Amino acid sequence: MSILMLLLLLAMPVLLSWPLGRYMTEIMNPSSGSGDGRIENLLKKTGGRMLDREQEWKGYLVSMLIFNAVMFGAVVLMLSLQQLLPLNPDGKGPLEASLIFNTAVSFVTNTNLQHYAGEVSMSYFSQLFALTWMQFVSAATGIACLAALSRALAGNTLVGNFYRDLLRSVLFILMPLSVVVALLLAVGGVPMTFEGAALARTLEGATQTIARGPVAAMIAIKQLGTNGGGFFGPNSTHPFENPSFLTNYLECISIPLIAMASVWMFGRITGRMRHAAVIFSVMLLLLILKSGIAIYLESTPAMAFKGLPIEAFSNLEGKELRFGPGTAAVWAAVTTATSNGSVNCMHDSLNPLTGLVPLAGMWLNVIFGGVGVGFINMFIFIIVGVFICGMMVGRTPEYCARKVETHEMKLALLALLVHPLLILVGTAVFASTPWGAGTVLNKGAHGFTEILYEFSSAAANNGSGFEGLGDNTVPWNVATGLVMLLGRYIPIILPLAIAGSMAAKKPVPETTGTLRIDTPLFAVVILGSVLLIGALLFMPVAVLGPVADYLSTSIQ
Amino acid sequence: MKTNTLENAGADLATSLRIALVSVLLCGGIYPLVIFVFARLVVPESASGSLVRDHEGKVVGSRLISQAFSKPVYFRPRPSAIKYDASAAGGSNLSPAGPEVRQRALQTVKEFGADSARPLPADLASTSGSGLDPFITLQAALYQAPNVALARGISLDDVEAAIHRQAAGQRIFLSGEGLVNVLALNMALDDMQKKPIHSRQ
Repeated sequence: MSILMLLLLLAMPVLLSWPLGRYMTEIMNPSSGSGDGRIENLLKKTGGRMLDREQEWKGYLVSMLIFNAVMFGAVVLMLSLQQLLPLNPDGKGPLEASLIFNTAVSFVTNTNLQHYAGEVSMSYFSQLFALTWMQFVSAATGIACLAALSRALAGNTLVGNFYRDLLRSVLFILMPLSVVVALLLAVGGVPMTFEGAALARTLEGATQTIARGPVAAMIAIKQLGTNGGGFFGPNSTHPFENPSFLTNYLECISIPLIAMASVWMFGRITGRMRHAAVIFSVMLLLLILKSGIAIYLESTPAMAFKGLPIEAFSNLEGKELRFGPGTAAVWAAVTTATSNGSVNCMHDSLNPLTGLVPLAGMWLNVIFGGVGVGFINMFIFIIVGVFICGMMVGRTPEYCARKVETHEMKLALLALLVHPLLILVGTAVFASTPWGAGTVLNKGAHGFTEILYEFSSAAANNGSGFEGLGDNTVPWNVATGLVMLLGRYIPIILPLAIAGSMAAKKPVPETTGTLRIDTPLFAVVILGSVLLIGALLFMPVAVLGPVADYLSTSIQ
Repeated sequence: MKTNTLENAGADLATSLRIALVSVLLCGGIYPLVIFVFARLVVPESASGSLVRDHEGKVVGSRLISQAFSKPVYFRPRPSAIKYDASAAGGSNLSPAGPEVRQRALQTVKEFGADSARPLPADLASTSGSGLDPFITLQAALYQAPNVALARGISLDDVEAAIHRQAAGQRIFLSGEGLVNVLALNMALDDMQKKPIHSRQ
């Protein structure tokens, strides 16, 4: 039954990604003379004269960074003034400075780490104008950057215009999809109201304060834009974010949808659909593996019940009953394969070994990944894979008819190593000081995993957490804030620099000696690069965390 | 046209501000408003939180949100790490292999008087992710039925019939497993006993 559920949950986004990828390409890269003058005029009216310019990769990145800085400033401003702004029926007070920094970074970088609980700390104004807005524009930034990377790899030194790309993806990709999903969620029972919390007098005569709000609108883009930042503290486990089996299905298939379609968009823009299909299958294979392993491991009842008169068929700690069996495991796998980070069960309460599944997804960070940026991460592994193959046969490696040389390889290795560096150094520092060691909920190896998970999640711009961690402290807010910034912008800037430098080179004719990038053999090369590099970098911490946790608690 | 990056920083900033303003109004204002108006018109009841009212129209809770029950006449929901506080939801975040979960489970087993002949369904011993899971499994409801029937002084058959009515309306796709909404079940039992004459006619 869980296996059938897995198929239903994964088949739908795979099927939908094909037409969506086609549509996204038409929006982002309209073929000249396709009579869309009206759209271009609308964009120009919104954005102004800047939109006429075709930018080189450097100019594109500068525009991206300036826009992101403006986003950051605007959110800091809105969150700092929340107590003075309207739409605050429950009178939420001011937020602490390091939390404002962390939250603003977290939403600008598409991470949504959330060191606050939405229904406790945020006014409706903050939830909508600051956070929901950010969920649109940060996702659009990712899609725009992938479009630019694709154009560069298609051989263009002018890679488009950032503002035009951003507006295109907000207006014509994210907005229509979000409206559809939000309407369906509202019909499915997700609240959408501007009234303050409801006061109830329970059957036993106690008073219950029921937080609610404009939930449906935020949940739709949270799922679609690989954001993951929920309206309520416990995210999509909350009955108001996710009231039923059907809303759970809809939310779960929304997670990988755009990330999957992004791969097809890359294929269409570069004109290498077979290559895109090869990469897509590698990603899908890894996703199926992850989900299958999670389902299997989570079907073991809680170890704590061993020997007690309790009838258990799976681990129910931290899980909701209405989503059906197996769905929490699949969600945990999907949300950490893509850098979404929403949850429908508490990851801290997953069985000890199951915790390895979300961690592995965030360590690799290329199994579809964040919208747009997931493929940009994969691009680095492709460059490394191509390089290794080139070395093996003794030819200068090539990718997309351009030579990959020392300059590109230096940048690629730097991009590859930033991610583990941020995670491992951060974890080491926090595990050995009271900053981290004093904030864990569970003891021993499980507590170490809480610290490791937090840094992995920040570096991968994922945003899920082992939420037992008391992470709303100044050291955590500052450290993860910095990790999120570096983990977001370095892996966008360096790949674009590589692609830009390749685009400026003379094309090399593809001959019989050229490494084919559209064959099953190349899929094996990429799979090998991803798994071997991932395993080499993260095996030690995997053993210290989840594996040690399993060995010390579950072998008796 | 080639852009000179530094000279254009000012133009970049102006454009960024302009696009930020437009998109914040669209994504933070117009979009939620459209969804709000739709929800108000089409599903007004669930749009404001699926609130449940008693006969006098007073709000007693939400159909989707679990509330505390401790009296013996009521069915008990799953345990909650946040004591059913619907203004600050959350799970236990405890390791399912850890000593805290075992301690809590031992306590629960004692409260229900479970033993190996009559083991406790696991959902009654596990906290949910939100701490607000409104459902228990059919088995967990049937498990509590004898005690509730005894406390209420009504027949076990009546209680079990009420349980099955609830479970029939909430079947999980695929598994076909029936779930029981604890608040709805307890209200149904209260109703049954408040109007004994009507129900027996």
